[in-house]
Amino acid sequence: MLKLAQFEPWLLFNFENLEVIGNFLVQFFPPNHDEGFLWIVAGATIETLAIATAGVALAILIAVPLGLIISHSLSISRIGPGSDYLFSKLLRFSARFLMLVLRGIPEIVWALLLVRVFGLGPTAGVLAIAITYSGMLSKVYSEILESGNTLPSRALLVSGSGRIAAFLYGLLPSTAQELASYTIYRWECAIRASVVTGFVGAGGLGQLMDQSMKMLNGGEVSTILIVFFLLVLLADHLSLLIRKQLT
Amino acid sequence: MSLLKQLKKQQQFCIKCLATIFIITAFIAWSFIHLGLNPFNIFSSDTSSNIIAYVGRFFSPDLSMPFLMKIGNGIFETLSISALATLLAAIISLGLALPNAGRFGPYAKSLTRFICNFLRSVPELVWATIMVLAVGLGPFAGTLALTLHTAGVLGRLFGETLENHSPLANRALIHSGSGKIAAFLYGTFPGIYPQLLSYTLYRWEMNIRMATILGFVGAGGLGQILFYELSLLREPKASTVIIAMLALVVVVDTISNKLRVEQLHSMG
Repeated sequence: MLKLAQFEPWLLFNFENLEVIGNFLVQFFPPNHDEGFLWIVAGATIETLAIATAGVALAILIAVPLGLIISHSLSISRIGPGSDYLFSKLLRFSARFLMLVLRGIPEIVWALLLVRVFGLGPTAGVLAIAITYSGMLSKVYSEILESGNTLPSRALLVSGSGRIAAFLYGLLPSTAQELASYTIYRWECAIRASVVTGFVGAGGLGQLMDQSMKMLNGGEVSTILIVFFLLVLLADHLSLLIRKQLT
Repeated sequence: MSLLKQLKKQQQFCIKCLATIFIITAFIAWSFIHLGLNPFNIFSSDTSSNIIAYVGRFFSPDLSMPFLMKIGNGIFETLSISALATLLAAIISLGLALPNAGRFGPYAKSLTRFICNFLRSVPELVWATIMVLAVGLGPFAGTLALTLHTAGVLGRLFGETLENHSPLANRALIHSGSGKIAAFLYGTFPGIYPQLLSYTLYRWEMNIRMATILGFVGAGGLGQILFYELSLLREPKASTVIIAMLALVVVVDTISNKLRVEQLHSMG
């Protein structure tokens, strides 16, 4: 295992390597606070926020139908054998498989693939986040719907209501808050993720950081890192605030 | 009476909720406008034919033997990067946990806290880029990057476990004349050991996932193969790597889910 991971700690103390990394790290202080650069960073920060928000918004659009399809608590075929039993089983299976693919492939891989279609820039980032997060959200949505009190919706279904009506009147009122707060928590994660996807050219702070890293400009990197920490802190507080509002 | 009041309150027009929803909607709309992104435009006929052509090129994964061997190698590399990094991080974190739990005074505590927070809040990918500069391309850079990040996370978690653990056994040993180290090893460690192990295993699971993508910045594993093949525009090979990544994640997920369920059962 040590060999496979090419575990060679002495490389850390190689003179040439030390010189390169030393020069790079020395530049970290002071952080670059040139006004023009700060404006660029501010623009990238706003872009990151917008990417995360738009990505999660699209993810919700995909996740809600998927979550409703796979949720057991809205399944009519669970109550008794219906005429289209096979069809619904097939649909549910394919939805589960789709979800697995969406969420199993990391967002940065999606971003890398999408950058080749949509070119460098935020579009690829938004779609990458929309794809991965729709997989995650739909899984958690269906779990939330199953873990709550499912008796009202069951009663509605048994007495002949449609699935959507059963969801709206039987399940949504008791689970709405949990669904919303989980979505907002995911938005917070999406901000971090959108910085990561930027590394392959999908816009935002990550792309800027990647560029500065490649130019070995330590001052710029440290400014971006500081802004990134502040952004994560801000998102943390904001999501807490919104979740409190919703209760 | 109170029930009636509650009912009335529920029926009241919730201005605060409406305002929150309005702000959120406006924010979402603003994001799309700011990015110049029209969700309906993304799938216009022009781009969608592009996408279909592009996706089509992925639908014949390269299953030739030598390439599969290479991917197998990549999977083992990914696994050993994550395992080694988790192990190293766990050892470092044990060292960080003691000062972090306040065993060496308040100054040491706030200093280690700061170190852990710093290590933890720099994303793995950034650590990987820095480490690639420090030790060159290859899996060792990935190992170091994961070690640093995980040491931050585990150092904090271990420290908290140590803080929450009851000091009675430790104190009893010290009062009856044992040394400090012996008291820690026999009084405290056996009590916190299962918790530490479960945190470490949990982080290992996350690290496997992370190790698959660290290769994008040149830090070894499956990600490096994927990045390389995609840069050469060899989609069939890239699609094999993606399938391997997916399979790895699914297998790890299933195993950890099974273990978790079993653990729940054994706890009663």
